[in-house]
Amino acid sequence: MFRYLVRRFLQMIMVFIATTFIVYSLMYLTGGDPIQALAGEKPVTDLQRAQLTVKYGLDQPFLVRYWNYLTDLLHLDFGTTLTGRSIKDILLDAWPVTMQLALIAILVTIIFGVTAGVIAGIRRGSIFDNATLVLTLIVIGIPSVVLAPLSQYLFTIQWKLFPTTASGNPTWYELLLPGIVLGSLSVATAMRLTRASVSENLRADFVRTARSKGMPGRRVIGIHVLRNSLIPIVTFLGVELGSLMAGAIVTESVFNVPGVGFQLARALKTEDTPLVIGIVSVLVIVFLVANLIVDLLYAVLDPRIRYE
Amino acid sequence: MQVRRLAAWAALPLVVTLGLSACGKSGGSDSGGANPNGVVSIGIAEPKHLIPSNTSETSGSQVLAALFAPLVDFDEANKPFEVAAQEISTTDNKTWTIKLKDGWTFHNGEPVTADSYINAWNYAAYGPNAQDNNYFFDKVEGYKDLNPADAKTTPTATTLTGLKKVDDKTFTVTLSAPFSEFKSQLGYTAYYPLPNSAFESITASPLVIAKAYEDAPVGNGPFKIKGTWQHDAQVEVEKYDGFAGTKPTVGGALFKIYQNSDAEYADLQANNLDVVKQIPTAALSTAQGDLGDRYMTSPASTLQVLAFPTFDKRFAKAEVRKAISMAIDREEIANKVFQGSQKAAYSFVSPVVAGYRDKTCGAACEFNATEAKKLYTENDGPKSINITYNADGGHQEWVDATCNQLKANLGVECVGTPEAKFADLLTKAKAKKEIGMFRMGWVMDYPSMENYLGPLYSTGGSSNYYGYSNPTFDNLLKEGSAAPTQEEAIKKYQQAEDILAQEMPVLPLRFGQNVFGHSTNVKDVHIDLFNRVDLNKIQIVS
Repeated sequence: MFRYLVRRFLQMIMVFIATTFIVYSLMYLTGGDPIQALAGEKPVTDLQRAQLTVKYGLDQPFLVRYWNYLTDLLHLDFGTTLTGRSIKDILLDAWPVTMQLALIAILVTIIFGVTAGVIAGIRRGSIFDNATLVLTLIVIGIPSVVLAPLSQYLFTIQWKLFPTTASGNPTWYELLLPGIVLGSLSVATAMRLTRASVSENLRADFVRTARSKGMPGRRVIGIHVLRNSLIPIVTFLGVELGSLMAGAIVTESVFNVPGVGFQLARALKTEDTPLVIGIVSVLVIVFLVANLIVDLLYAVLDPRIRYE
Repeated sequence: MQVRRLAAWAALPLVVTLGLSACGKSGGSDSGGANPNGVVSIGIAEPKHLIPSNTSETSGSQVLAALFAPLVDFDEANKPFEVAAQEISTTDNKTWTIKLKDGWTFHNGEPVTADSYINAWNYAAYGPNAQDNNYFFDKVEGYKDLNPADAKTTPTATTLTGLKKVDDKTFTVTLSAPFSEFKSQLGYTAYYPLPNSAFESITASPLVIAKAYEDAPVGNGPFKIKGTWQHDAQVEVEKYDGFAGTKPTVGGALFKIYQNSDAEYADLQANNLDVVKQIPTAALSTAQGDLGDRYMTSPASTLQVLAFPTFDKRFAKAEVRKAISMAIDREEIANKVFQGSQKAAYSFVSPVVAGYRDKTCGAACEFNATEAKKLYTENDGPKSINITYNADGGHQEWVDATCNQLKANLGVECVGTPEAKFADLLTKAKAKKEIGMFRMGWVMDYPSMENYLGPLYSTGGSSNYYGYSNPTFDNLLKEGSAAPTQEEAIKKYQQAEDILAQEMPVLPLRFGQNVFGHSTNVKDVHIDLFNRVDLNKIQIVS
């Protein structure tokens, strides 16, 4: 187990360096003009351009800039944005909000997706099964750019059930609707995955054995079927948690939630390279850690899996 | 059984949401008179900076307009009048004496003195500080010494020689050349004063602004900051009781920060936000229906033009340029593409400045397809033309529409050529590459006709990217800048504008419009010429 963890950590460092390098070089290669982006439509005088170029170190060669960035990062120094704010502060403000949002989304996915999946799996071919299949098909078909503004309009402006946008330090209540919207996108996938997994396990030998032993139905499904069906779902949820944090760009923008997606969208819009790379670096770490946890959970769920 | 279970499942989310909605706060407003102590909420984007010399975008300047009082403001006719200044006088347009009003203090109690202005302006003008509004001081004597051409060398001076203190309440500004519009310039954000507490050390040279200052700026204005600037969330200001000027009509303002203008508009629809300064494009078609008489427009200072590079020989004849101008139906594009958020322009100078005249461009800007075609063929206009634009600014739609009009009315080939960024476009224009006609926008720096003429068309002007040069035009501008009164200056500038109408170095296309909306909680909402909500006029319905 220990050797496995060490190996994984070494892999993670390699992946981290490779991904940040790719992002850094992509931002560099797109050849944007952050100084003009900062000024908007206004022309920038040559003098000011020269001064800002020196100030942000934009005149240094690419590898030097990347190296400086990486060494600063080792000291947990994320640098400052082009408007002079500390990126560490921005991240410390934004991450808790996004985590809250992702937590709501994951709970929505589990409560609605997994529960409905289990019921549909047990009652295959029933009206519930068919109805949820059609419903999930519809939800999968609606992209979040449509779903988020639509639900904002219906639930907050027409019917006034939720606050329209989140405030600076959003409460759980303000994050509920964005969280549901975010989660609903993975509800469909989670439900279908669970349904397939449960219905397959229902026909497995160990279930028949348990039934013929005279075990009550609830116990058969709750312990034997569910535990064995959870492996693909946990994989999905683990990866999903990572992408929920990254993929919240649309939802966070629509509901004005000051989370990571909100910051990333702004950083891209203003070509704030340091901020983009700062956010992506942390995202990479979140993905890697989420994957590691998923892999470790396998061993808990299925005692046959051992790590050496 | 199964059907009933299905119904139960379907009802569950509904019950949950209904239950939750009960926890929501219920708000309502009664109509009646104005409430002078209420707080108005205004939507802005995250300001880039909250330092006067470094704030050039509208979000930051909206906040600073609450925290600071300018030396001059502008009346209904867009002429400057004194606010924090007692008197601004000059005899030769070169040396200006600024006398401050007595009894004015900063929010921390510090008196506003001549030094408050001199220090702030020296900080702004010092090159290595790389302040956005640095170029506003380029007319002051000694500017060159603070801004060496090579950015890596240290300037030889840290203070402008043109700024001199006379006494505690008086100082003089000496310009390097006469400039009659200097008083109008003083209304801009860049010219606010700074208290001594803004600097790390008041005796240091060059001055350095304290890091913490920007989080809670201390100004001389009608409102003081409440708490600090909460990044990405809000900035709140409240009435400053020690303010010596005209008291504002509201008790405070909450500037709510939005990253996405659609979210801002959604909050207005839900009546959670009082003012949206610019209704997002996506909502323009429905906003009038949504808001009724709370949907408003006012002229803005922006101007959109199509420019002809002088190095492109195809457009060398003024008649060809006029023919192209006459083949464009400006009204149609303004109404169809922009849905009234921009207005057709028939002059080179915006209606927000004193001296503006409608239709100075004359027949050359009136849509007339048959005349245009005749003029174009008589003068051998090019068979194919293109319009270069920057792809990141949402310009494709109107450029294509303009091209289609030119195709239909002149019988020429016309295509839009996108460049990724505006800077790319300018680089090509500077390198005299063949880019055809290109689009340009102009945002006013100070409300004067000169600002729409000097930088854009004078020989070597800072934004004269097409290389237009006409000695008579340059002379008229110089005479205008040296004119003893504003009226005489305007006359000279109007003559200069008439030259543009004859030569058409650019085609004026559209003026900007502020398309804004407000909630049912406020009335008398006005957007000023710098695209800021006027906090001296807005009223809260109580």
